[in-house]
Amino acid sequence: MTILVLIEHYQGGVADGSLELLTLARTLGGPVTALVLAGSMADVATLAAGLDADTVLAVAAPAVARYASSVYLRSLNAAIAACDPELVLLSYSTAGIDLAAGASVATGREMVAYVTSLTRHGAGFAACSQVYGGKLLATSTLPAQGIAVVMPGAVKAGPRSTGDAPVQTLTVDLGPDGCIRHLETLVPESGGIDLTKAARIVCVGRALGNTDKLPMAEALAKLLGAEIAGSRPVIDAGWLPKPRQIGKSGTKVKPKLYLMAGVSGAPEHLEGMGESELIIALNSDPRAPIFGKAHYGAVCDMFEVMPTLIQKLS
Amino acid sequence: MKIVVIQRLEPVLTEELELSDDGRDIDREWIGFALNQFDDQALEQAVLLKESNGATVTAIAIEDEGSDKMLKNALARGADAAFQIPLDADDVESRSSRALAPLYAAAIRTLAPDLVLVGILSNSDLYGELAPYLGAHTGWPQISAVTEVRLAAGKATVRQEYAGGRAARFEVDTPVIIGLQTAMQPPRYVAGSKLRDLLKVQIPELEVDGAPSADMSHGTTLALPDQSAGAVMFDGDADDIATSIHNLLKEKGFVQ
Ligand SMILES: Cc1cc2nc3c(=O)[nH]c(=O)nc-3n(C[C@H](O)[C@H](O)[C@H](O)COP(=O)(O)OP(=O)(O)OC[C@H]3O[C@@H](n4cnc5c(N)ncnc54)[C@H](O)[C@@H]3O)c2cc1C
Repeated sequence: MTILVLIEHYQGGVADGSLELLTLARTLGGPVTALVLAGSMADVATLAAGLDADTVLAVAAPAVARYASSVYLRSLNAAIAACDPELVLLSYSTAGIDLAAGASVATGREMVAYVTSLTRHGAGFAACSQVYGGKLLATSTLPAQGIAVVMPGAVKAGPRSTGDAPVQTLTVDLGPDGCIRHLETLVPESGGIDLTKAARIVCVGRALGNTDKLPMAEALAKLLGAEIAGSRPVIDAGWLPKPRQIGKSGTKVKPKLYLMAGVSGAPEHLEGMGESELIIALNSDPRAPIFGKAHYGAVCDMFEVMPTLIQKLS
Repeated sequence: MKIVVIQRLEPVLTEELELSDDGRDIDREWIGFALNQFDDQALEQAVLLKESNGATVTAIAIEDEGSDKMLKNALARGADAAFQIPLDADDVESRSSRALAPLYAAAIRTLAPDLVLVGILSNSDLYGELAPYLGAHTGWPQISAVTEVRLAAGKATVRQEYAGGRAARFEVDTPVIIGLQTAMQPPRYVAGSKLRDLLKVQIPELEVDGAPSADMSHGTTLALPDQSAGAVMFDGDADDIATSIHNLLKEKGFVQ
């Protein structure tokens, strides 16, 4: 029995999360099958090169050249039916959210999400997951033939394989024209802002409340020679522009200094800044998950500490 | 165009989460509950579509403590109708999205909308998120991580977001289930007077033909993460903390 890994890709490159899943599958032991969906067999071959898998299961059709939930779900269900894997691994990505629950119902398999560690346990697997915004950890027993959705960064991707795994083609009925049709790919506009290059970042979270106190955070950033950034709710509320969003669906950064105020430290935020060299967190909640990740922290009201720090730096 | 929007209460995460005696769930007795932040966005998106396209919006929730008030809030924000799906607390072992999806799906079949909007996830979705489960139970297409929805000629055009802020636009046949991440405008405030007007309104029940499904909660235990390896904490008042941070920044060479 094999472990089936869904390979996600963009512009000819395999997603880091998918490479991490292949490494996790290897660690668990047993044969590994990589499911690659692409527009043609030539594209499959490019993507499959160097994947650390024993077999590549390929769906090659124009309809799956780009990601669309409906055709990807049909393909994943067909792949599960074809190779009856002991475990299916997906990354916690848009595709992971779109597909795992649907595949679990369609194939009658149990599933567990937000997995940060997965080990063999009897005939099945023991999974540890982050829930409640990272405030609690859940340990569950996933029976054999389950589906696991794994957090990006849970495993470090191993080296690419030097050989190429044999490719098996899978023919899938993708439906007439698909009920979800790709119209265009949208590349984020940077507006001249590139936080990946910033050595210092001051990041504010939802606790900012509105734009009234934004100048305070901006003043602190200026004194530190830092860029200002925000968590997703700050961007969604329109308090800062999208290129200043840090996290899963924003920018991934690794600055020398990441000073954050009023950010809880949800897994989706940590995905974007967890590797910063020095993380200092201000939060009023002593149980905020960010204190498990930050190097230094203080339980405080950010609106009291920031002005005092500004005074000292001025 | 008929829109159903799902509204769910979930624990307020800034409050201290305590575990139940068996460690299988959080202790729901004392914790505060609030509208799921993504369902809040879904409601806003539904009302925006009502305003732009003349759609009718029906808000639904599974009956629970506070669900009545939550649905009145949805009416005050612009929903045209609201229903509670009755659920006998003794009948449910788990309130996960996986467990409750068949009930919501049954309600959706009864209401027969063109579009279902629900928040992309709730913070206890250990066994998967609601939107894809609804897709599986209804057999309708489903698309999650959506940040824009437009309607025209019986079709929806949606923007789906990926890592790094990349996105794609899709045309989707209706009926469709959408797992919404962000509405096209921030959720609006509702005047207290509007809510007061609705105080006496009874939210009707919607009897549905469905039962919760099983999940793995019987084999799951919850625990507080060990934060002992986490941050070195600075104590004291605001001045002490600012001094400690200032000293640290000096020590690390960030400031003179
Ligand atoms: C698919 C997907 C992608 C996502 N992508 C991202 C992403 O790219 N980036 C991102 O950030 N999120 C992302 N999220 C959202 C993420 O799940 C969280 O909702 C978000 O990170 C929470 O932001 P926050 O910490 O600012 O707000 P909250 O979680 O609400 O936290 C606010 C914090 O402020 C603290 N606080 C309140 N008042 C004060 C005060 N006076 N002083 C100090 N502290 C105070 C509170 O204790 C709390 O911890 C994504 C979610 C999904 C589902």
